[in-house]
Amino acid sequence: MDLAFTKEEQAFREEVRSFFRDNVPPDTRRKLVEGRHLSKDEMVTWWRILNKKGWGVSHWPKQYGGTGWTSVQHYIFNEELQSYPAPQPLAFGVSMVGPVIYTFGNEEQKKQYLPRIANVDDWWCQGFSEPGSGSDLASLKTKAERKGDKWIINGQKTWTTLAQHADMIFCLCRTDNNAKKQMGISFIVFSMKSKGVTVRPIQTIDGGVEVNEVFFDDVEVPYENLIGEENKGWDYAKFLLGNERTGIARVGVSKERIRRIKDLASKVESGGKPIIQDAAFREKLAACEIELKALELTQLRVVADEGKHGKGKPNPASSVLKIKGSEIQQTTTELLMEVIGPFAAPYDVHGDDGSNEAMDWTAQIAPSYFNNRKVSIYGGSNEIQRNIIAKAVLGL
Amino acid sequence: MDFDLNEEQRLLKESIDGLLTDSYDFEQRKKYMKEKGGWSKTVWLKLAEQGLLGLPFAEADGGFGGGGVETMIVMEALGKALVLEPYLATVVIGGGFLRHAGTDAQKAAHVPGIVDGSKTLAFAQLEKNSRYDLFDVTTTAKKKGDSWVIDGEKFVVLNGENADTLVVTARTKGDRRDKTGIGVFLVPANAKGVAKKSYPTQDGLHAADITFTGVEIGPDAVLGNPEDSLALIERVVDEARIALCAEAVGLMDESLKTTVEYIKTRKQFGVAIGSFQSLQHRASDMFVAAEQARSMSMFATMAGDFENAQERSNAVAAAKVQIGKSLKFVGQQAIQLHGGIGMTMEAKIGHYFKRLTMIENSFGDTDYHQRRVADAGGLN
Repeated sequence: MDLAFTKEEQAFREEVRSFFRDNVPPDTRRKLVEGRHLSKDEMVTWWRILNKKGWGVSHWPKQYGGTGWTSVQHYIFNEELQSYPAPQPLAFGVSMVGPVIYTFGNEEQKKQYLPRIANVDDWWCQGFSEPGSGSDLASLKTKAERKGDKWIINGQKTWTTLAQHADMIFCLCRTDNNAKKQMGISFIVFSMKSKGVTVRPIQTIDGGVEVNEVFFDDVEVPYENLIGEENKGWDYAKFLLGNERTGIARVGVSKERIRRIKDLASKVESGGKPIIQDAAFREKLAACEIELKALELTQLRVVADEGKHGKGKPNPASSVLKIKGSEIQQTTTELLMEVIGPFAAPYDVHGDDGSNEAMDWTAQIAPSYFNNRKVSIYGGSNEIQRNIIAKAVLGL
Repeated sequence: MDFDLNEEQRLLKESIDGLLTDSYDFEQRKKYMKEKGGWSKTVWLKLAEQGLLGLPFAEADGGFGGGGVETMIVMEALGKALVLEPYLATVVIGGGFLRHAGTDAQKAAHVPGIVDGSKTLAFAQLEKNSRYDLFDVTTTAKKKGDSWVIDGEKFVVLNGENADTLVVTARTKGDRRDKTGIGVFLVPANAKGVAKKSYPTQDGLHAADITFTGVEIGPDAVLGNPEDSLALIERVVDEARIALCAEAVGLMDESLKTTVEYIKTRKQFGVAIGSFQSLQHRASDMFVAAEQARSMSMFATMAGDFENAQERSNAVAAAKVQIGKSLKFVGQQAIQLHGGIGMTMEAKIGHYFKRLTMIENSFGDTDYHQRRVADAGGLN
């Protein structure tokens, strides 16, 4: 057992850090620090810088553009990226549909889609959840009927993140009504520009528009847009969801936020002195930092284990990551709320496009607090995670 | 970075787990509790035979040169089996003082007896009003010619009843809460002027309140610098905290395992109560708490070797906070999920809960250490 990073790993961290310092557009970084939303352009610009460097799809196999890094290197890269902070690669393309295509897709599909995912020539979105299918995803109803060399797709998806920017969607569709619910699902990809696709924004409680409803009305899709085998979509979906086990803890994001809390708390006064000097506040912050340190170590245990024994059998500790990671992210946003106190109230209607930034540094703190309630809901709610631990780990 | 045990460490783990599986089930433990002093000399000698009592000492001193990871392995195993024997007091704390500050002569006088199991030690540190502050010392050590004379009262000295040698913290100069002027002394338990009042503790161990009245000891009894040993005390107590973190992880593992087995077999309303989602989620949260504790126990073990004492202390404090929170949750919920049977002396789970609870109140509780981390400006 040796818990220290090797010299090589430390050097790698320096390399990554200095690349970010030299290449992340300062305005992009500032907006992330302040919890503002980025424009499509700002995100794509950064992703192309990353891709040019060869780090756009770092965890893919080398033949598709990956880096061949060790699991510890991936961990370091992610942590630095999150804590710098710089925008993380678009998960829907890079972490979700990409691996499904290079694992289950045919050569044609790999050639057609993978380079465009890496360079974000196509912005992908995820068509999984439906109004009646949240945690019980396999009950989904969106239908794809085969008609000659086409699929005809009808139905509705929801919570589709950033669908307003999307060029492509990967979609779970029911292709066999008679089979057991998990067995009749296929994984189909198609253009969001297709006739019959309608995107309707959903405004979330923070005032932002991150998610959407997507309607399919007799959308015609070429048959060859099926990935893998017909009616095997559920397997691919499980593969896709199991791929992102360690990124979900978002340790770097929380680290960055704790830096921000300390920074603001040493400026904002309470009782005539900076709130960081208030014992009760400081202890709450310390409690959060300690939880985060424990999570970081738990994550490193999972990372080291994957590096050694492969990703086949998940380390039981990995189920801790989602629950604790989301709780800590939420705590950090709560602490920021506490720091700014009554100045949480003003609602900055123009904040995101930058037109009213003079308004100030507090503008996004309440929205970010509201917005972060989502992290214990998405990606398998924390209650689902507890079901998973009870069944898969404890055998209950 | 590597979290796996190496070959030797794996063998160590197998050997101690094997020993305890054979000789330390819950029924055997009850018998050991009734032996003189409240623990088993036979088991102690078995630990000596396997080299576990000499584990952290240098080979030159008759030990086996084990490091923090080795102690972590042993303490986890001792926790899992709810072991009564004074490993912490003798090997971790007493041994720690000897390793870090003992002269060759002091080591020659004390280490062989520890290693072969013939001698045990106890740490006489806590005072009536000192609570968790290691520098809060009123017991005095006054120079008398070449000798020292110790006067004062120490409380809840674990293994104080049985120990052959007491490691005593005492003030050689300055006022009660001064950080300098504190020394550490090796006092034979049978020295004239040592009076002990012994009692069992809540968790089935034994401790003593000890009064020192004009206890005269020779110059060979001084460990380190008699006027400035707070850093030494902090270092050894940090090692004790690290060991307690590992012991707590073992205790939590076994508590969770026992609880999960229980709710799988206990039936109500015609089904195993473990089929109820509210209980499943509680057990899952116990698992999360235990894993976070394990991570921080590893972190603390690693921190034991930090060069910078402030960083070490801060990391160990953070670990003790996480362990404190986790052990409270796991311990309390283990009782809750057992229901009425968990409230009985007869069931094993309550004894795990009690040991966990006493660990929380040893060498600084959650609030105490959280404040330390907060005052240090956090964890960076």
